Amino acid sequence: MSKKKDASPQTVTLPSNDLSRLFQVLQSRGYTILGPTVRDGAIVYDELDSPDDLPRGWTDEQEKGRYRLKKSGYGTYFSFAVGPHSWKQYLYPPRVRLWQMHKNGTGFELNAQNGPLKKYAFLGVRSCELHAIEILDRVLLQNGFEDPTYKARRKEALIIVVQCTAPASTCFCASMQTGPKAERGFDLAMTEVADGERHYFVLQSGSDAGREIVQELACAAATAEEIAAAEQAVKAAAERMGRTLDTHGLQAALYANREHPHWREVGERCLNCTNCTQVCPTCFCTTVEDITDLTGATAERWRRWDSCFTMEFSYLHGGSVRSSAGARYRQWLTHKLASWVDQFGAFGCVGCGRCIAWCPVGIDITEEARIMCAETVNQ
Amino acid sequence: METLVSDVKQELPTDSMAVLTADPMIPEPFRVVQRKPETEDTFTLVLERAQSDRPFEFQPGQFNMLYVFGVGEVPISISGDPAQPQRLVHTIRAVGTVTRAMQKLRKGAIVGVRGPFGRGWPVLEAQQQDVVIVAGGIGLAPLRPALYHILRHRDAYGRVVLLYGARTPEDILYIKELEKWRGRFDMEVKVTVDRALGDWHGHVGVVTQLIPKTSFDPQNAIAMICGPEIMMRFTIYELQRSGMPNDRIYVSMERNMKCAIGFCGHCQYGPKFICKDGPVFRYTEIENLFGIREI
Amino acid sequence: MENLDVVLKKHPFFEGMSEEHIRFIAGCAANEVYKNGDYLFRDGESADKFYFIRHGHVALELHAPERGVLTIQTLGEGDVLGWSWLIPPYKWHFDARAMTLTRVLALDGKCLRKKCETDYQLGYELMKRIAHIMEERLHATRLQLLDMYGVHA
Repeated sequence: MSKKKDASPQTVTLPSNDLSRLFQVLQSRGYTILGPTVRDGAIVYDELDSPDDLPRGWTDEQEKGRYRLKKSGYGTYFSFAVGPHSWKQYLYPPRVRLWQMHKNGTGFELNAQNGPLKKYAFLGVRSCELHAIEILDRVLLQNGFEDPTYKARRKEALIIVVQCTAPASTCFCASMQTGPKAERGFDLAMTEVADGERHYFVLQSGSDAGREIVQELACAAATAEEIAAAEQAVKAAAERMGRTLDTHGLQAALYANREHPHWREVGERCLNCTNCTQVCPTCFCTTVEDITDLTGATAERWRRWDSCFTMEFSYLHGGSVRSSAGARYRQWLTHKLASWVDQFGAFGCVGCGRCIAWCPVGIDITEEARIMCAETVNQ
Repeated sequence: METLVSDVKQELPTDSMAVLTADPMIPEPFRVVQRKPETEDTFTLVLERAQSDRPFEFQPGQFNMLYVFGVGEVPISISGDPAQPQRLVHTIRAVGTVTRAMQKLRKGAIVGVRGPFGRGWPVLEAQQQDVVIVAGGIGLAPLRPALYHILRHRDAYGRVVLLYGARTPEDILYIKELEKWRGRFDMEVKVTVDRALGDWHGHVGVVTQLIPKTSFDPQNAIAMICGPEIMMRFTIYELQRSGMPNDRIYVSMERNMKCAIGFCGHCQYGPKFICKDGPVFRYTEIENLFGIREI
Repeated sequence: MENLDVVLKKHPFFEGMSEEHIRFIAGCAANEVYKNGDYLFRDGESADKFYFIRHGHVALELHAPERGVLTIQTLGEGDVLGWSWLIPPYKWHFDARAMTLTRVLALDGKCLRKKCETDYQLGYELMKRIAHIMEERLHATRLQLLDMYGVHA
């Protein structure tokens, strides 16, 4: 699963008309391709058969509590920022059966586990999302225990980055130092360039698997001009970030302001809908459900995504520890931007802006963090 | 980071975790060999492995996830003797769906066990020092393994004090053992109840009031506290008043828990995961969180 | 026999109090012994003593017809018992029963009251100390009221 940096990375140019060849190569290697596609008025991730399934000609408009698709007027495939889905849904599925057991004479026995996994190629991974996956690695693989579900899926997944050239106004990956350019950790990285008449992808291999694919595509080596154009497209994205978050001293300020009256004010706006935790690419909290069949002879345990915004989440002896919405928002934001650092050595936020766009009342993590840190309240 | 996933080495929080199966979410079947009522709503289950006789090693203060087939799973601290690892002992209060189902289990029934999990009491650090154990209600259960250990290695410790507060005389756990311990010349045992009828001849009052009446050297003692959070908070105040520094005080914390291995996120207490960083904490590790509401 | 002022001086209650005041208070003191089951005082009786428990245990009790005897608190060696001698109408509000052979030092409440009325400094010193005990008892009572170990579902 370890994505060793390609010892001799190859950089080639794939004309946009040949994008279907990449699909064919992946499919012939047994990959099911997952990537962006337009559905229900949003760009979501799903299985893709061909480049025709990509959101060609579409872009998005994002703001606090707002996400809209519109026609870009160009023929580009990847001119949009992240939508409501993230790769978490494939690596750490929303609902997964952990085990199934049946009763026997002396107790219970484990039934055969779930069948073999599909071999997935994640096409269109952004740098912020790659960092989110790296954060999940820290939580689910490097935390003293390994989650077998995540480990198996992570190991199988081929990661094809598409460098971000169209950040949304809700984006702040540059502040979080998680983008917009993915430097490593991928099998293949593509940058879409459309300058004048030419429309092509600069492909760079990042692993042995990626290099094999590049070799099979048999494209021409990228020229210095093409590489420069690709670099420029990503660099320009860094300058078009809609938001910023100053992370300097953030952790200490949030810890010092646990009793800030503003938590209560956010709590009054927050609907506890859990949208932010569901769209977040790093939120990992789950709960379990134990069920039996009608005879009671077979039992299963399912794990599903949970959210720290529910009352049940902190249930203890007949009550909820975090019974107010303000306390629950404090838990979420302080976890993302402060305690996550203590737990896993990095922020739990990659600056993708999903929680801002998908909050029905437009609560903005960058804004709230700024307010909480603006003054240190006397305790 | 040079690689996304560098060598993923499983670092085990404690030695005893080495016995875990490959998938820490899969319970192992254990057989109920005894179910003993302790009080009206509290009972003790004695378990042994159903499929092997491998000993169940654990540290005093660690806990297990106990599973009733098809009903659900709950975290329960281990309350048996660490020197008798063939018998896995839990004292359980029947307050929810799963624990009520456990109360109905008969001898020979099977329960699932995952564990042991977490970090336990500082029984090694406490050597050569006085030990003050303050328990409230069912909080005596997770402290009993520490007591067993300390009494088994009695010479390694200074004065040993057990202060125990219960709701009423009927709610006192392990009453025969308490009587036996009270009869020892090498430990001080004080039991108090919050309320009692006239036929009770022991102390009435809160457990914190016993602290000033107990002899230990606060500068050279380790305190281990387990009980409801309010009880622990006021016990800490009283120990501080006696001159005990905060870094000599240990508490056992409790939060909602689903996985016990730091994945589910439920048991977070500030940056701490109760399940793997605790449940036992040195007070200085959490003192900045301890008084905060709804944390 | 040990002088009562020496006994009082050793008690934490009098820590920091002047020799003169302690000597005076000792003048109001007498040793008393109660057998197991004896009452130091009963609910409703006039409260004219201030007790220092030197040995043994005392239960503070209330009697409810439908529930029998309820023990509110137990006190032991080193504890102070009773402040109703200081507060009108100087009546006890519960029973105090010796749970074992109990030795106490009993200070005459009337004698102390009279002295406090003329010597405000002594009055203040005593009040400060009694307030401290009241605070401790009130605090403990609040904790008992919380029913900390109960199930609160």
